[in-house]
Amino acid sequence: MSDHSHTLEAHTATGFDSRKVAIWTFIGSECMFFAALIGTYLVYHGKSLSGPTAGETLEIPLVTIGTAVLLASSFFVVLALNGAQRGDRRALVTWLSATVFCGLGFVGMQIYEFSHFVHEGLTIKTNMFGATFYTLTGFHGTHVSIGVLWLATLLILAIRGKITPDKALNLEIAALYWHFVDVVWVVIFPVVYLMKDWKP
Amino acid sequence: MDAHVIEAEGHSHPGPAVYVKIAFVLFLVTALEVAAYELSHRGGTSEAVIGPILIPVLLVLSAIKFALVAMYYMHLKQDHKLFTGLFVFPLIIAGVIAIALMTLISYHLHYNLGQV
Repeated sequence: MSDHSHTLEAHTATGFDSRKVAIWTFIGSECMFFAALIGTYLVYHGKSLSGPTAGETLEIPLVTIGTAVLLASSFFVVLALNGAQRGDRRALVTWLSATVFCGLGFVGMQIYEFSHFVHEGLTIKTNMFGATFYTLTGFHGTHVSIGVLWLATLLILAIRGKITPDKALNLEIAALYWHFVDVVWVVIFPVVYLMKDWKP
Repeated sequence: MDAHVIEAEGHSHPGPAVYVKIAFVLFLVTALEVAAYELSHRGGTSEAVIGPILIPVLLVLSAIKFALVAMYYMHLKQDHKLFTGLFVFPLIIAGVIAIALMTLISYHLHYNLGQV
């Protein structure tokens, strides 16, 4: 039965695995979702009547480390995928563990940053900066958290030896999602943090 | 065919050597972004030179990182063009959405509400 359903999955109208077409379609829709959030952030940037403002609140050093950690995680997950495709279980588990560790590190950085800002008096209700900043980075952080859970699940399967070369597509799909989360941050980092003093 | 190449769905994926090079470039470009920001806030000549062009510089550097991750880590360079289409077409719509949103709401804020 499972062999029969696998055969049905492989022969699609496009000739591609439907899961891969689905994840790319999903990523396309996510582009529009984050474009709306980033556009809204930019529209209201510098429009708050009261502080704290972006220039007073955001700190570059911590988030630069977070950015480096997220970029490193993208590097690690392609190495994990390479290991899975070659049937190298040791490489798969090692690099996938590193990816999950980096993902957790980024989420930890964001939790620390948010709690620090709340102590500084910036909440989602404080002003337009607070509302747009927490909405944008909060949704991104949620995506990262979902990605960490997804990759951690695959890590458990990898440790149990259930991600064989013929099942590497399962990891490739998760890796595509993870890279997308990374490229969204590649946009958020300069737009929100490095352009914090920009006066529209 | 290169020994480091993996076959997937009939298209070759680059190997670890390429991934390492891309990672190096990504970290280098990130360092350039932060350096540009720091120079634009240091005062004096560096601020006078970098300050006015900081935003275009940051946007170009960000676009380079975005393209590198999409092309090499997401394998769009090697995979079938269908996947590039599934990503780039919505990305163009996303850009139009962001620009339209910014234009519409900026107009609304400027003529109706002022600052919020």
